Amino acid sequence: MYQHNDFDQAFLRNRNAQFRSQVERRLSGSLTEDEFKPLRLMNGVYLQLHAYMLRVAIPYGTLSADQMRVLAEVAERWDRGYGHFTTRQNIQFNWVALTDIPDILDRMAEVGMHAIQSSGNCIRNTTADALAGASADELADPRPYAELIRQWSTDHAEFQFLPRKFKIAVTGSPEDRAAIAAHDVGLQLVEQGGEIGFRVLVGGGLGRTPMLAQELRAFLPSAELLPYLEAILSAYNLIGRRDNKYKARIKITVFEHGIDTFRAAVEEQFAKIRPAYTGEDQALLAEIAAQFALPDLRENLAEFDATTRAVDPLYAAWAARAVTDHKRADHASVTVALKVAGEEPGDASAAQMRALADIAERYGYNELRITHSQNVVLPHVAREDLPTVHAALLRAGLAAANMGRLGDIIACPGMDYCALATARSIPLAQEIAQHFQTLGLEEEIGALNLKISGCINACGHHHLGHIGILGLDRAGAENYQITIGGHEGDKKHPAAIGEKMGPGFAYEAVVPALERLLRTYLDLRNGAEETFLDAVKRLGLAPFRAALYAEVRDAA
Amino acid sequence: MSVLVRDDGFHTEDFDGLAVELAPTTKPDEIATLIANAGLVVVRFDSFADGRGFTLGRLVRAAGYTGRLRARGPLIADQYAMARRAGFDEVEIPPEIAARQSEADWLSRADWQAHDYRKRLGFKGCDSLLA
Repeated sequence: MYQHNDFDQAFLRNRNAQFRSQVERRLSGSLTEDEFKPLRLMNGVYLQLHAYMLRVAIPYGTLSADQMRVLAEVAERWDRGYGHFTTRQNIQFNWVALTDIPDILDRMAEVGMHAIQSSGNCIRNTTADALAGASADELADPRPYAELIRQWSTDHAEFQFLPRKFKIAVTGSPEDRAAIAAHDVGLQLVEQGGEIGFRVLVGGGLGRTPMLAQELRAFLPSAELLPYLEAILSAYNLIGRRDNKYKARIKITVFEHGIDTFRAAVEEQFAKIRPAYTGEDQALLAEIAAQFALPDLRENLAEFDATTRAVDPLYAAWAARAVTDHKRADHASVTVALKVAGEEPGDASAAQMRALADIAERYGYNELRITHSQNVVLPHVAREDLPTVHAALLRAGLAAANMGRLGDIIACPGMDYCALATARSIPLAQEIAQHFQTLGLEEEIGALNLKISGCINACGHHHLGHIGILGLDRAGAENYQITIGGHEGDKKHPAAIGEKMGPGFAYEAVVPALERLLRTYLDLRNGAEETFLDAVKRLGLAPFRAALYAEVRDAA
Repeated sequence: MSVLVRDDGFHTEDFDGLAVELAPTTKPDEIATLIANAGLVVVRFDSFADGRGFTLGRLVRAAGYTGRLRARGPLIADQYAMARRAGFDEVEIPPEIAARQSEADWLSRADWQAHDYRKRLGFKGCDSLLA
């Protein structure tokens, strides 16, 4: 794991002192509310419906056990005892007081954590594959590049007052676990003639105008990463629209100018910027990469995993969902679901955070990851220890084995927390998960990715759900639109934006509509191997649309 | 009267000569022609929230300009380091801002050369002598 050095530590202390002074200057009137707003946002402070919210960055999703314990401490000392992990590898504390935030930031800085650029019209926390450095299918580890981008983008002189927010994601695996096509810039590590470089995508994003990113460069040598990113941002900073915030994201810039014109603008900037980088970044990259070396994995009796599966059905069912192959065969990665039916998706209590920290310290080489599906990963666990880890997770109430299933719902905070929301997300997610668990259908339905957003800003990424639900306000009543066929993209199916099925449903009508939809899938599928998404690709939308609206038609 | 801010604090206007002002909408390929004979290049910021001027400042340096470079507009003290790192020598603020944000607020950012990640990564693009 990357350890903050003297430079990083001094930077954070200085930055936190600046923010403390900004809060004081706001209170004294030296800064107006308009002037203070972007300053608090670039330090992670949002004004929510009921209170200030602090969004803490978890760079490329990586946490140590001690960092997780500090998050637990923050939750207990300054919030209501829990935190909410987000789809972009951040954690949000929803009930903090503005005047406490400088103290919270100081406490977090002691363990190298911060909230810098987790909000605002700047370059946000760079995200990466949660299994980076561990998964068996990886070409190269994306984390050193993500850390390089973190350093480069932090307090960048030119890019803190962009037209709009800017999100970068990096993946090192052909199995995209970082949703790069839905980012302003998506980077995929690729190999060409024995050299490592990036396939660069630009202009993806969800929100009210969902678009998948387009290819800007098929192969960028890895040494040119920073000047090329700088060129993209420079072009966007100058020509991105500032007259309408709904047209200010780079996806609209690329759409309005066309990818070829935008590429020309980037290349013009790149020619100027490339000579300005003297190569010191590559020396630093080598130092950073050394810190991401695999821990010293211990020899162990790996077959204990298989023999336990043979005799313990409860363990076997959990392991089938939670355990992923590691690049070293006698180890595995464990995904811990933060999607307990009836609880808020992505929430963790301080006690759960401490339990996870303890498990990571004893069995996980001290390392934790936060996934973009709002779950937690122990990236390196000896297979011998897997049954013990399962038992420890059971005790902590964290052994739900619903990863990649219906209950593994991604949902935004919705009307319960968010000032922008037009409908509730969390209670709906809870009802859906409980309903299908009660029916006993979750396992039968199999692989399914359901995402819920409580307004058109699409923080729940509903466009990319195999089933997406968008909550709107129709004349004062919540109304939920259903899309199907969306996908984040993998080797089997490319990334796709879901298709809208038709008129929306009232809150109470959503669960029955989903049950009709999913029973239809179970009737029509070619055996259990054909997933819901496979079936939609084979059969088209018509039978599913008919199922969704069957009751409406019968009543008419 | 507007106030000039430099690393040593507030100053009154002290330039006399040919000044060229670049609007936020200036295109990168127009810069070299526009600044050809300037004794002072001014990049205008219409709002502190509009960051185009920071990139334009750097592009003026990239065009080989080594003379006096000024950011003009309602910037806030917290942006002083950004302006300096983007290649500006000074910031010209309206009197309303100078009255509300004290000289001490601006001086607290005069250490703009410290804690600069991009410089540490070897970026030399705003050093006019190397551009």
